[in-house]
Amino acid sequence: MHQISDVCQTMNESHNELFQMKTRRDFIKISALGLGAAALTAGASKMGMGFPLLGSENEPGSEENTLRRVPTYCEVCFWKCAGWAHVTEDGNIIKITGNDDDPQCNGRLCPRGTGGVGMFNDPDRLKTPLIRVVKDGEQTYREASWEEALSLIASKMSDLRSKYGPESMALFMHGAPGTHFSHLLKAYGTLNLAAPSFAQCRGPRDVGFEATFGESVSSPEVTDIRDTRCLVLIGSHIGENMHNGQVQEMSQAIDNGAVIITVDPRLSTAASKSKYWLPIKPSTDIALLLSWIHVLIYDDLYNKEYVSTYAEGFDELKAYVKKFTPEWAYGITTLKPDLIRNTAREMANAAPSVIIHPGRHAAWYGDDVQRSRAMAILNALLGSWGNRGGFFFKEGIKLPEFPHPEYPKPAWTWKDLLNGKYPMANEAPTNLVIESSIPTGDQEAKIKGWIVAGTNLISAIPLKEELSKAMQSLELLVVVDTMPMEITGYADVVLPECTYLERYDDIRATSHREPTLCLRMPAVEAKNQTKPAWWIAKQLGERLGLGAYFNYTDFSEVLDWQLKQVGSSLDEMKRIGVKKLSRESSPYLEPGTSHTFKTASGKIQLYSHELAEAGFDPLPAFTKHPEPEEGFYRLIYGRAPMHTFSRTANNPNLVALMPENSVWINPQVAKIWGIKKDQYVWLKNQDGAVSNFAVKVRITERIRWDSVYIVHGFGHHHKPLHFAYGRGVNDTELITNVMMDPIMGGTGMRGNFITFLTEDPGKEVEA
Amino acid sequence: MKEELFVSGRNIPNIDPYLNIWHWQIPVYLFLGGLAAGILFFAALFTIMGKEKEMPAAVRTAPIIAPIALILGLFALFLDLKHKLFFWQLYTTIRIESPMSWGAWVLMAITPLSMLWVASYVKELVPGWNWKYRLLENFETFIIKYRLWMAWMIIVLSVILGIYTGILLSAFNARPLWNTSILGPLFLVSGMSTGAATILLMSKSKEERRTMSWIDLLLIVVEIFFITHLIMGMKAGSQVQIDAVSLFLGGQFTVSFWVFVILLGLVFPAILEIVERLGYHIPVVIPVVLILLGGLMFRFIMVEAGQITRYLY
Amino acid sequence: MRYAMAIDTKKCVGCSDCVIACQTENNVPLGFCRDWVTETVDGTYPNVSIELRSERCNHCDNSPCVRCCPTGASHIEDGGIVLVTQNKCIGCGACIQACPYEARYSHPDGYVDKCTFCIHRVRKGDKPACVAVCPTRCMYFGDLEDPNSEITNVLKNRKFKALAPEAGTNPQIYYLI
Repeated sequence: MHQISDVCQTMNESHNELFQMKTRRDFIKISALGLGAAALTAGASKMGMGFPLLGSENEPGSEENTLRRVPTYCEVCFWKCAGWAHVTEDGNIIKITGNDDDPQCNGRLCPRGTGGVGMFNDPDRLKTPLIRVVKDGEQTYREASWEEALSLIASKMSDLRSKYGPESMALFMHGAPGTHFSHLLKAYGTLNLAAPSFAQCRGPRDVGFEATFGESVSSPEVTDIRDTRCLVLIGSHIGENMHNGQVQEMSQAIDNGAVIITVDPRLSTAASKSKYWLPIKPSTDIALLLSWIHVLIYDDLYNKEYVSTYAEGFDELKAYVKKFTPEWAYGITTLKPDLIRNTAREMANAAPSVIIHPGRHAAWYGDDVQRSRAMAILNALLGSWGNRGGFFFKEGIKLPEFPHPEYPKPAWTWKDLLNGKYPMANEAPTNLVIESSIPTGDQEAKIKGWIVAGTNLISAIPLKEELSKAMQSLELLVVVDTMPMEITGYADVVLPECTYLERYDDIRATSHREPTLCLRMPAVEAKNQTKPAWWIAKQLGERLGLGAYFNYTDFSEVLDWQLKQVGSSLDEMKRIGVKKLSRESSPYLEPGTSHTFKTASGKIQLYSHELAEAGFDPLPAFTKHPEPEEGFYRLIYGRAPMHTFSRTANNPNLVALMPENSVWINPQVAKIWGIKKDQYVWLKNQDGAVSNFAVKVRITERIRWDSVYIVHGFGHHHKPLHFAYGRGVNDTELITNVMMDPIMGGTGMRGNFITFLTEDPGKEVEA
Repeated sequence: MKEELFVSGRNIPNIDPYLNIWHWQIPVYLFLGGLAAGILFFAALFTIMGKEKEMPAAVRTAPIIAPIALILGLFALFLDLKHKLFFWQLYTTIRIESPMSWGAWVLMAITPLSMLWVASYVKELVPGWNWKYRLLENFETFIIKYRLWMAWMIIVLSVILGIYTGILLSAFNARPLWNTSILGPLFLVSGMSTGAATILLMSKSKEERRTMSWIDLLLIVVEIFFITHLIMGMKAGSQVQIDAVSLFLGGQFTVSFWVFVILLGLVFPAILEIVERLGYHIPVVIPVVLILLGGLMFRFIMVEAGQITRYLY
Repeated sequence: MRYAMAIDTKKCVGCSDCVIACQTENNVPLGFCRDWVTETVDGTYPNVSIELRSERCNHCDNSPCVRCCPTGASHIEDGGIVLVTQNKCIGCGACIQACPYEARYSHPDGYVDKCTFCIHRVRKGDKPACVAVCPTRCMYFGDLEDPNSEITNVLKNRKFKALAPEAGTNPQIYYLI
């Protein structure tokens, strides 16, 4: 009795503490609590002069025999390769290797997956729940027990539910924790669930392909690169984006002598491996695509049988592209007409074993669904969708849901917030949820509380001002993360999640060439007081009276039940890690048989009635986009194979591989500015936004003179991230011009221009 | 524009951006080894020539410096070792191809010999010295008897030691600046020159000083000749050697090399000695200190600059 | 037996998985490395080419590091693998000076450390960690004296080069070009 009242009292106190902050949510650096990490210990060695004197000869890897292998699948990126954590007798994870049976990785993890140990060993990890309090007039965090933190969140969520309805809660998510909190929030009564991976990344691509073929290219993509004869990359830098299976298959394609055509204003790694590199003028891709379509049709190179059997709208398309000759495109793209014709011919020669790869991050200029449509149309003309060496039909296995009561039906969802905007958004655009969290005039905000799980919105979302306003207006902001990312500094309550190596998560049930099941289980006990997402969601659910949705004590029960429904078991999966199932349908179109595409008419939509009805161009149109003024350069950002966005920037093992990003500048530009190699400069954009930190200059012929390039994910300004703090520059802070895609709400981010500051602008960094 | 960079992995302390694995200890070790070799060479030489009486400083006084220099040099080498407690591994094997190995063995031989040499003269150097033990007295008689034998051993070992201080560097073909066989003779001559200078400083006999001054002048001339040879050989070498020597010909070591090693360390003391010879009085300490500092500086520069030079691929 | 490695520069994407796989496999202290990746860019935009190379000890046939070692710590194992015996190494640094590839470094524990071709794996019949992990499969490892080995075949059928052969070391890492 005594104990319970104690808890209640603390709860009330924290509740009051929280209320005092309603007016403003200061950014708090978690290091202020002395939770900062000690010096890096991973891999450190016994110092001194080298005892023992008379030890036996060193035998490298002698501990190998005592290692335990625990199945897992990687959480360092969305590819989720299956692997094994190798654990020593004293419970230390020393390495992670790929699972040979996983078709996503074929036993080979990428550098980030191999470096997953760094995520586990990172001394900067969140260690205990934290609650925002006011101390001596200043906002700070104090360490809290799980009981206190969970009760506080639950009571606040109950308040929101009774005051504004459960729909006032929203979830931002990335990766595995997302599913657990989605389940919680659906049970709670809201469908306002958003992931930056839609509006900031692959959304435009998926919507464009769905409008054409009735389905998207999925993730992992259904590109049959392994068997292709011609791979066209336009805005995709495979090899720098380390999507494991694709990188492996591109290498196989090189071995097989496939023609690679890369369209990129930068000599990407992939471009350097290509037979044709088309150094296109940025923002003119649609012109090139239309011109390729023109050549295929007017030079009579397209796949007539395929088009007549499976597609509709060809005549409209043919008439429409008549004027888009390579000569027309030359004036726009700066690519020679011959080069455009030759590459179109290469594609046609290889057809249908050809892939116009739609890339992944597609939110560029606000007309991105249309660009994606143009790529889809090109694929349709070549007959690659549904053919070997093109795009195969995926097959997967659906695991039955663990029994739970039906979710309540929300009174409204994010779709009701659209007000006619973004008619083809089939997932919630993050920006919409953010905007709906800001009160306008005397209008209350519709969304009052956020749970942010596994995504650092500060780095992921370009709309800095809106994001900041929204976070100031919220009544509850809970962040669940493994690391003290920037976003945690804005939370009312921070919940420390354990890493993927220390927890159960959902079974990875992948739809691809063949259905696969993969298990992730704890390799070691969770460090400090960190907890798995499923546990956090269940604990919150129980405190919200939703216990019926979490009818198990351990998540392994859920997994075992699910696996048994499909003829496996947890025990079996613990042993093998990956289970491949044989597919039942053909991965390719079968000649002579009809195929119904998942579009309204069952046919490939060269001309999109759906878009026409929604008031958009039924055939993709080229729009001219602004160009940099003198002294400014287009900001192009991309990936490095050693990091995943901003999430890995503090991983000690990956930091050792690549500690900071650099800004790529053409030698001619460097000469004009008198900038030297390895010099540090600050960047300023067209709206006066200045980078927090200076960035190292790389002077290279790999980039055009009208553009600069930086790798995304660096320039962290949160001091508790000891290895990442102040290293490099964060492109997101220079993206203030966002070009919205009216079709689905994508945030086009490539219309920003930067200039160089060689002197320290003396910017104050909030950290 | 050609561009070369590390994508990942390399930012290793003392390896990147350029090699800097040997610090002050190695040039000091090389300098002290050369100095000891020089002193011992002359002590042995004049003994063999039967000129003990005429050259008292060379034969008796100056050799006191030798064991001290050798022990300090070995200590500097020891400080350079990163796995110090395994030092004894040096003396479990003889590696014929490794200059470091036979250097260690030569030092193992010449250091006790130099001590015996000093011990054999200790009664002349320290009046009233008493060994206290009969055994030691007998032993002294023994070594005095075989002093000439010792001189022969020392003269051979000192030449090997002197050359070794150069070959230690020249054996590394990965460091183009060092990778020239002239470095052995050059360091030998340089070591002898510092040895001669030290004897000069310690000598009280006018005649001896005159002789040593002559010898030193001659050694300086030979040394300048060898350095010219080194530069010409490099200039006529492969691209990596041309790049290497350009460190002294317009590169980052140009000033320190020409000013401290050539002018102040060789040319200027040579001029002073000539001027002295012409009858003007120059305090002997000036040319001697310049020669010693020049020799030390030369080794510092060679060790430092040589590590920067490398094969490019 | 003569172990060697061939690396296909046409397939390598410079992801550095080889570097981190080596680091975790061999517990290489962070901030040091036994292998690394270099990039060379030639030409002028837009006529540019790049070469990516995963580099490490070349396990030279004529290895200057072994020659200069005063204690015999640096030695050649069966199959031509150049190794350092930690408890024989005095840390004098001579081998580091001797290597034209700068493939050796001074381990914080004092001894000199370098690529071992993952001899502990190779003896069990596995490939070195870098080869086993490479997502592009651009690395081949095997016995040059075995006429049927993958590496023998790949070197038979492709143009290749080695690094700084003019240093006279007879290096055994081959780059397919």
